[in-house]
Amino acid sequence: MSTTFRPETIEQVAEAVSWAAAEETPLEVIGHGSMRGFGRPVQTGYEIDLSALSGITLYEPDELVLSARAGTPMAEIRAALAEKNQHLAFEPADLGPLYGAAAGAGSIGGVLACNLAGPRRIKAGAARDHFLGLHAVSGRGEAYKSGGRVVKNVTGYDLCKLLAGSHGTLSVLAEVTVKVLPVPEKTRTVLLHGLDDAGAGTAMQRAMNSAHEVSGAAHLPASVAAVIGVPRVAEVGAAVTAVRVEGPGVSVDYRCATLRRELADLGETSELHSDNSRLLWEEVRDVRPLLSAPDTALWRLSVPPSAGPAVAARIAAESKALYYFDWSGGLIWLALPLVGSAAADAGAALVRGALTASGGHATLIRAPAELRAAVPVFQPQDEPSAALTARVKDSFDPNRVLNPGRMYAGL
Amino acid sequence: MLRMPEPDQAVVSRREAIAEALRAIVPGEGVIVDEAALRAYESDGLTAYRQPPLIAVLPQTTEQVSEVLRYCHENHIKVVPRGAGTSLSGGALPLADGILLGLGKFNRILDVDFANRCVVAQPGVTNLGITDAVARAGFYYAPDPSSQIACSVGGNVAENSGGVHCLKYGLTTNNVLGLEIVLIDGTILRVGGKHLDAGGYDILGLMTGSEGLLGVVTEVTLRILKSPETARALLLGFPSSEQAGDCVAAVIGAGIIAGGMEMMDRPAIHAAEDFVHAGYPLDVEALLIVELDGPKAEVDHLIEQVSAIAKASGAVTSRASTSEEERLTFWAGRKAAFPAVGRISPDYYCMDGTIPRGKLPIVLGRIREMSETYGLRVANVFHAGDGNLHPLILYDANEPDELDRAERFGAEILKLCVEVGGVLTGEHGVGVEKRDLMGTMFSEADLNQQQRVKCAFDPDALLNPGKVFPELHRCAELGRIHVHRGQLPFPDLPRF
Ligand SMILES: Cc1cc2nc3c(=O)[nH]c(=O)nc-3n(C[C@H](O)[C@H](O)[C@H](O)COP(=O)(O)OP(=O)(O)OC[C@H]3O[C@@H](n4cnc5c(N)ncnc54)[C@H](O)[C@@H]3O)c2cc1C
Repeated sequence: MSTTFRPETIEQVAEAVSWAAAEETPLEVIGHGSMRGFGRPVQTGYEIDLSALSGITLYEPDELVLSARAGTPMAEIRAALAEKNQHLAFEPADLGPLYGAAAGAGSIGGVLACNLAGPRRIKAGAARDHFLGLHAVSGRGEAYKSGGRVVKNVTGYDLCKLLAGSHGTLSVLAEVTVKVLPVPEKTRTVLLHGLDDAGAGTAMQRAMNSAHEVSGAAHLPASVAAVIGVPRVAEVGAAVTAVRVEGPGVSVDYRCATLRRELADLGETSELHSDNSRLLWEEVRDVRPLLSAPDTALWRLSVPPSAGPAVAARIAAESKALYYFDWSGGLIWLALPLVGSAAADAGAALVRGALTASGGHATLIRAPAELRAAVPVFQPQDEPSAALTARVKDSFDPNRVLNPGRMYAGL
Repeated sequence: MLRMPEPDQAVVSRREAIAEALRAIVPGEGVIVDEAALRAYESDGLTAYRQPPLIAVLPQTTEQVSEVLRYCHENHIKVVPRGAGTSLSGGALPLADGILLGLGKFNRILDVDFANRCVVAQPGVTNLGITDAVARAGFYYAPDPSSQIACSVGGNVAENSGGVHCLKYGLTTNNVLGLEIVLIDGTILRVGGKHLDAGGYDILGLMTGSEGLLGVVTEVTLRILKSPETARALLLGFPSSEQAGDCVAAVIGAGIIAGGMEMMDRPAIHAAEDFVHAGYPLDVEALLIVELDGPKAEVDHLIEQVSAIAKASGAVTSRASTSEEERLTFWAGRKAAFPAVGRISPDYYCMDGTIPRGKLPIVLGRIREMSETYGLRVANVFHAGDGNLHPLILYDANEPDELDRAERFGAEILKLCVEVGGVLTGEHGVGVEKRDLMGTMFSEADLNQQQRVKCAFDPDALLNPGKVFPELHRCAELGRIHVHRGQLPFPDLPRF
């Protein structure tokens, strides 16, 4: 059993981490613990749980800015924003259910620490692009701040970016400030029926290269489309390629109609309106089609969008993987059965081998703990990058007490 | 005037030998020692500061950059990277005992990839050069600093530059996909690429806006966008800046993110109108240009909506562009605001704070008071959508104390920005100019953590020293942890 600290103030966070640094005793950093299964398994005698460091501290809708303590539940933040018809435009995925947590269980600190982003990534960017300011405690136990509460700010290094996606290995986030945006008035999704992966790649590229400000472009091969929890999609009975447009009503109507016309030569089209559209993108965002794939390793591949179909084809040729594409082909979610050599390496050799030609990286999102301990969860780095990563880690956390080994073995 | 670190005479006296060693790396004309030729590099856009470098080097390949840096590292010689030299914060100001590393010869576009909507370019390509390379297919590169015909994309990355379209399309940092970086020890590093997220620690995000202190950028991959189908602009005049500010808040409150929202105050309006005759109303205190872009149906719809909001906020002039020519005329005055102010004063000093938008009336009021106190005129242009304020302080460098007064006035404005919840610099960078004000925004602990990151890249502080940080601590000192072993830890800390 490990001991859990549950600080209520940033001073208490600093106190706990200072002690850990002095004693060279590792700490596992936990927001609400909904994504503890993400990353390499961390084993420590002590945990720091941020759920008591909670609450929105500033929300000014006119200024498009919100600050909250790191442990604030995402549910609370979503509700506060919804009241003013605003949202986090990067569409953070709710990945907790992949690890057995309840839906909507995460914290804002966890969302930023994992740099989560959903389908709107192609238009609005990731969590890191909306992360304006922070108060944090370094692995030295020192409280510091970076950034601010305004969008345009180049005063000093952008440590918000560096901490986004650092999985709690550099500092403990105590309070964060994010940019918020108005919810688009209307959303609509154009569906193309029955395209193969390569054809879908062409369709998504055509949509993305148009002036229609596409805010989602996904392709669900037939086996995945069949299990999508949106009847209008599942009943197509074939692969579905989805292209989303959002904005003022008149504009959405126009762009949706134009896109259908511009894509008509590629296959039959239909469209989804408000609730169905929203539901589809939630399913895509939260990886729900692959949620319950039993005895598989779940991979997330980030590749140049045009390379997506070929990369998936390379993996599919050697396995019975189930997969789908988001980000216009640039993001592949892939569930690989843990059989044959994949039983030993979660399919790492196959998956990572498939992206050597195109560039990009693959993350093992879900797999049994033994596999996540044995296989690099994050893409292995070349020597210069690994050396720099270690120096950056040490510049925040020289005694390596924060989430040791979570991202890279030994770090 | 700010002071730069004392030159190291031991290095200065080795000038000949250093030039010789550099010539072995960069042959031909690439190593400049001639006094007259060096003067071309003595300052950047912050022209009040001048210092010819010890030697200028203009490499042509990443390998040469790597060898130059390794040589400088091994021989403990300082290096100042330079793109086009348009920095307004003195970021590219040379050092008497340092090498100026010019990236001007890195001027090629390497790859235009429409399938992945990106361009791979060398850092010396101009900002506009990226758009020019893709315009034939109807694409463009969104961040558009006013200096875009001259400034380099390497400089844009180093300064995280913005433009009038940032509110909707983001700053440089939101549009960089990949970088090739050379570290001070000569290590060549590739980060990101044509995929959307780079993986690992966000070195792309850290490098962007690091003002040449962490590494030299030798290649960039930038995201390009399809140009909007149409764009229209509204020209709105208000009797007070408060009303113009209310209008901006109401537009955003209505859920409208405009392509651009720019504000000018009375002195700026008059200077611009006298210069370009854009047809600006001269009887208003504040002018707002709101640009809406997208499909025609959307733009027409939003023009209506914003016009109505403007009217409700008290606009006394409201004109919507009805042709591309008219739209460009509306912008002509704003785009020429700096040179226009340059015509009415021998010199001007451009500030760059960001404030929460709602504080605009307070800040403009206080700036007016300061203008009286310092006896210097000021014209304000403002990226109203994102709160980025550019007060232009008018002075005459030939008057004995005017530069000094202008600098003190500027510093007071920036302190005010921080006081109301804003920051010292929105897009021009800290450089030399705001270096000594960093303490008004950051505590020692904040700055120490930033410097530790610097140590991870450049432990001997050879890259662009004297910029950004008021004082550089030694890395060994910063690395020390003060241990309080044996203390009873956290007596009050809740635990379970
Ligand atoms: C009239 C005018 C208008 C301007 N308008 C705007 C505006 O609207 N928005 C805005 O954001 N800025 C604006 N600027 C400021 C300036 O143009 C930008 O900061 C620009 O990005 C600087 O680019 P540069 O190539 O000139 O860089 P330089 O001035 O040469 O260098 C700037 C900094 O970047 C570093 N650097 C340059 N190249 C590299 C490299 N390859 N690797 C590592 N470090 C490097 C230098 O060391 C220095 O610290 C304006 C400037 C002027 C003169």
